Amino acid sequence: MEFRTKAKLADEEGVRRTLTRLAHEIIERNRGLEQLALVGMQTRGVFIADRLKKLIKEIEGGEVPSGVLDVTLYRDDFRLKFKRPQVQVTNINFDVDEKNIILVDDVIYTGRTVRAALDALMDLGRAARIQLAVLVDRGHRELPIKPDFVGKNVPTSLGEEVRVRMKELDGEDSILLVEEIDMKEGPTDVTG
Amino acid sequence: MSQDNGKSPALSSRHLLGLEGVPADEITLILDTAEAMKEILDRPIKKVPTLRGVTVVNLFFEDSTRTKLSFELAEKRLSADLINFSKSGSSVAKGETLLDTARNIEAMKVDVVVVRHQHPGVPKFLADRLTSVVVNAGDGSHEHPTQALLDMMTLRQTFGHFKGLRVAIVGDITHSRVVKSNIHGLITMGAEVMLVGPPTLMPRDVESLNVKVSHDIDEAIAWADALNVLRLQLERQKSGFLPSLREYHMTFGVTLERLAKAPKELVILHPGPMNRGVEIESAVADSGASVILEQVTNGVAVRMAVLMLLSAPEGIL
Repeated sequence: MEFRTKAKLADEEGVRRTLTRLAHEIIERNRGLEQLALVGMQTRGVFIADRLKKLIKEIEGGEVPSGVLDVTLYRDDFRLKFKRPQVQVTNINFDVDEKNIILVDDVIYTGRTVRAALDALMDLGRAARIQLAVLVDRGHRELPIKPDFVGKNVPTSLGEEVRVRMKELDGEDSILLVEEIDMKEGPTDVTG
Repeated sequence: MSQDNGKSPALSSRHLLGLEGVPADEITLILDTAEAMKEILDRPIKKVPTLRGVTVVNLFFEDSTRTKLSFELAEKRLSADLINFSKSGSSVAKGETLLDTARNIEAMKVDVVVVRHQHPGVPKFLADRLTSVVVNAGDGSHEHPTQALLDMMTLRQTFGHFKGLRVAIVGDITHSRVVKSNIHGLITMGAEVMLVGPPTLMPRDVESLNVKVSHDIDEAIAWADALNVLRLQLERQKSGFLPSLREYHMTFGVTLERLAKAPKELVILHPGPMNRGVEIESAVADSGASVILEQVTNGVAVRMAVLMLLSAPEGIL
């Protein structure tokens, strides 16, 4: 599948502002950092969680523990969809029990990844509470899951996709709305 | 996730019959997946739901303790259902043929057959005739791919790479399936391999596999970064391949004294079960250079990785 960029929803500054707001909201709604912990979902959620951790430190002056979660082994579609499953490392070095966990991902779509992440987190311990923070909500939920903190609400059609690009992995910070195109027509800005 | 449009299945073969012909990127994929699996083994709840609904039969026509336990654990950690079959007390003892046994078990709707057999080629024979995915858990003196993969995972954890890594494999080369799988895997990944053993236990023309051959353990110790010490099957002495186990220990036994002469500290591997005082001195097996127990842990992780990757779409479904 080939994709073409339809719109740039945020540039580096835009991403920074959105993340700053999310960090403030997380601190406000949790009344501080008590028992707070961030868990980034592989792959881009990990970098977003890192950024939030730094921002929270700048704002509140305290360190929150953070970890990395890979949900491939918990997915309901791994035997249907994944031609070449890439299981990445899960690394959560703190005790999950009694923690107030903020699960962080780049884009929420069907909600199935979050469902898998919730199962994975439950297997690691009994968190006091789990909240969900996403940079983009593009709609089309297939499960009754709703994020607690949303960077941008982006209504999309099924032929569109939202691409979050992070400096650490993609060389720049941006949020792009891309659209599937027929291979034969139009220039290609972003490839799938 | 949505960007993963690769047309190829996880691995280019739907079975794992051996490491011969398995390309480097697939070996790397298996080892990377195994690293992720290893983290699960350290959790309080050592189980993930990945293979829920997949049924695995462990078809062991030859005795095995650790390989069978390791496969069973791997299957359980991934939430597969498993059934065990062993030769003694089964229909095989009543004269049923291999194919009939396998077909009967398959008729009970299993998805994966893990097979250990004393004759080389049995896994291939079954793979050609069954619809299930077949995993070779050791076939005669042919291959034992998951053992080699766990050896390689342990080596990669220790050295971080394979390129130019020098691995000497010591012992009964002729009768060893572990050696063949290790040669194929290590050479594919760019390592150098030296085979060491008495001429009676060294196959002819083995150099054609791009390996060095030596009959001198001290030469191997001076050359290698890692030593994979094979179990000397005690029945080989009865078959006349060796004058005595004591003599074998004197000429090929890996001892602290010999290792002390090496220019660098070697890493010692052993596929087990060990004959302490024969191929390996007790003090070596228990020394800091030994990664033997690490191999056992990695074995479960590697088998989880193989089972998971073979159960990807083009495999079972």
